[in-house]
Amino acid sequence: MFSQFLQLTLAGIAQGCVYALVALGFVLIYKATETVNFAQGDLMMLGAFFGLTASAMLGWPYWAAILFAVIVMAAVGMLIERIVIRPVLGYPTFTVVMITIGVGYVLRGVVTMVPGWGTETYALKTPFGDTVFHIAGAVLAAEQLATIALTAALCFVLYVFFRFARLGVAMQATSQNQLAAYYMGIPVQRVNMLIWGLAAAVAAFGGILLAPAAFVHSNMGFIGLKAFPAAVVGGFGSVPGAVVGGLIIGIVEALAGFYLPEGFKDTAAYVVVLAVLLLMPSGIFGETARKKV
Amino acid sequence: MRFIFKTDYDQDIRLFQHGGQVFWYGLLGVLLLIAPLVVSGYVLSQLHFICIYAIVGLGLMLLVGYTGQISLGHAAFLATGAYTEALLQAAGMPFIVSLVSAALFSAAVGIIVGLPALRLKGIYLAIATFAFNVIVEEIITRWESVTGGSSGKPLRAIDIFGLRLASPESFYYLCLALTVLSCLALINLLRSPTGRAFVAIRDSEVSASCMGINLARYKTMSFALSAALTGIGGALYAHKVGFISPEQFTLIQSIELVTIVIIGGAGSLHGAVFGAAFLILLPQGISRAKDWLPDAVPQTGLQSVVFGLILIGFIIFEPYGIYGRWLKIRTWFDVFPFYRRGTFRRQRSYLRSERLR
Repeated sequence: MFSQFLQLTLAGIAQGCVYALVALGFVLIYKATETVNFAQGDLMMLGAFFGLTASAMLGWPYWAAILFAVIVMAAVGMLIERIVIRPVLGYPTFTVVMITIGVGYVLRGVVTMVPGWGTETYALKTPFGDTVFHIAGAVLAAEQLATIALTAALCFVLYVFFRFARLGVAMQATSQNQLAAYYMGIPVQRVNMLIWGLAAAVAAFGGILLAPAAFVHSNMGFIGLKAFPAAVVGGFGSVPGAVVGGLIIGIVEALAGFYLPEGFKDTAAYVVVLAVLLLMPSGIFGETARKKV
Repeated sequence: MRFIFKTDYDQDIRLFQHGGQVFWYGLLGVLLLIAPLVVSGYVLSQLHFICIYAIVGLGLMLLVGYTGQISLGHAAFLATGAYTEALLQAAGMPFIVSLVSAALFSAAVGIIVGLPALRLKGIYLAIATFAFNVIVEEIITRWESVTGGSSGKPLRAIDIFGLRLASPESFYYLCLALTVLSCLALINLLRSPTGRAFVAIRDSEVSASCMGINLARYKTMSFALSAALTGIGGALYAHKVGFISPEQFTLIQSIELVTIVIIGGAGSLHGAVFGAAFLILLPQGISRAKDWLPDAVPQTGLQSVVFGLILIGFIIFEPYGIYGRWLKIRTWFDVFPFYRRGTFRRQRSYLRSERLR
C-alpha cells in the first residue's frame, strides 16, 4: 500500500519536474516582460526536435545533443524576441500574449514542413538504458532519476544566477520597473532578449528530458498547457514557486490518475488551479498585487 | 469629408447617422438577401459558417473588446449551447424554446464562470477560463449517458412551428436573421448606460468604480450576455454540422474564437463580422494556394504557419485589425490629400509591474 503510494509519488515528481521546467520558462519571461508566453510548450517541442536531430540523425552522444539543442534554442528564443516581441514592447499584455499564441502556431506548422521531422512520432534514445533503482519497495527508472537530478541542478544554477550574477540582478530589476531599470543604465531591450534566450534554452532542456516519456512529435508542445496550472499554483512571478507548483501538479495528477475515477487524471491539474485561483489568487509564493491609481 | 450637423435630439439616437450609411447598409442587406439565389451551394454553406461565427464573435467582442475581460474558454459556452440544443431537440422541444434555453443555460454557466472574474485580472482570468474549458470538455466526454461521450450526438433539421428548415436556403435566412438581430441588440446595448459601463471597466477599473459602477454586477452581466450569444451561436453550429462531439470544443477552438476579435479589430462590432469571415475563408484560400505548392508541404502545417503569421502581422502592424485598416483607408479618402501618418498612432508606455508595490 505504502510502496504503491511512494511509487506514484515518485512518478509524479519525475513528471512534475518537466512541468516545472516549462513553468520556469513562463516565469522567467513573465518576470521580465509581464507577458505570458503561450509558445513555451512549442519551444520545448522544437528543442526536443533539435536534440533528436543531433542524437538520432547525426549520431552525437546524448550530452552533446542536449548542449546542441540548448544553444540552438537560446538563439531561436533571442531571434523571436528580436523579430516579434520587441516591436510590441510597452503595449497591453494581452496583445503580446496573442503574439506568442501566433508564434506557437508558426512553430507547430514549421516543424511539420521540415524534411526529416514532419508529422511523424519519434523516440529519443537515452544512455541510461533500462537501469532501475529500488527504493523502499518502489521502482524508479534511471531516466526518471536523471530528470529529477537535472531539474534540481538547473534550478540551483538559476538561483545562483539570479542571486549573484550581474546580469541576473539586472534581469530582476528590469522585471520590477522598466523605466527605473533604464535610468540605472540597464539595456532593457537587450536584457529582454537574453531572457527570451534563457527561457527557450530551459524549454529545450525540458523537451529533451520529456522525450523518453512522451515521444517527440509536432504536437508535444500541448503538454506545456499543463505547465500553466503549475506556474499559477506556485504564484506566477516566482522561480521557486514554479518548481513547487510543477511538483504539486505532477504528484496530484499521478495520484488522481490512480485513486480517482477515469477522467480525473487529465483534469486534476485544472481543478487544482481553479481552486488556487479562487482561494489564493496570487499563488503559494506570489507577491501581493494592489493597483494604485 | 462629411460634417454632420445635429439639429435635433432624435439624430443622436438614430440607427443610421447619415444617408450614406443607409445606402451602403441597404445595399449590403439586399445582397445578403438575394445571395442564396445567386451563389453555389458550397458558398452558401460558407455563409452559414460566417453568420454563426459572427454571432459568436459578437458575443466575444462584447466581453473581450468592450469589457476588457479576456476569455480563453468560449468553446465551453459554444459546447453548452450546442449540447442544450441537441438534448432539447431530442426531447421534442420546439426550436424557439430550445434556442432560448440554450442561450439562457449558457448565460447561467457564464455567470458561474464570471464569478472568479471578479477577483481575477488579465492573464489569471485567461488561465481560469482556459482551465474551465478543459474541465467542461472532459465532463462532456465522460458524461456518456447525457452527452453521448466521444461518440457524439446527432441532430435533426430545425422545425419552427411545423415549418421544416431542411434546405440550406431556409437555414441561411435563419442564421442571417439571428446575426442581424444580435448586431442590433449589441448596437443598442453599447450606447445604453450598461454598454458605457462596460467600456468604462475596460478602460480603467479603478476610475469606473470611482464613477459608481458596480464592477461585480457589470462584469458578471458582460460574461452572461457574451455566453448567451455564444450559446445561440453554438445551437446554430450544432444544427449546421449536424453532429457534435467533444473534439469540436477544445482549447484550440477557444483560441481561434479569440483571434476573431483580434484580427477583426478589438472594440468594433464590424470587427467581429470581419474576423468571422476571415477565420472561415482562410482555410479555403490556403487549400486553393496549395495547388501551386509542392506536395511535400502538408495542409495543416501550412495553415498553421499562415494563420500564425497573419495573427502576428496584424498585432504588430495593424492592432485594430481589419476594421482598423478599413477605417484608415476611409479616412485617407475622406481627408485627401491631408492624411497624416500620425493620425492613428498608438501610445506606448513603459511597463510598470503590477506585482510589486
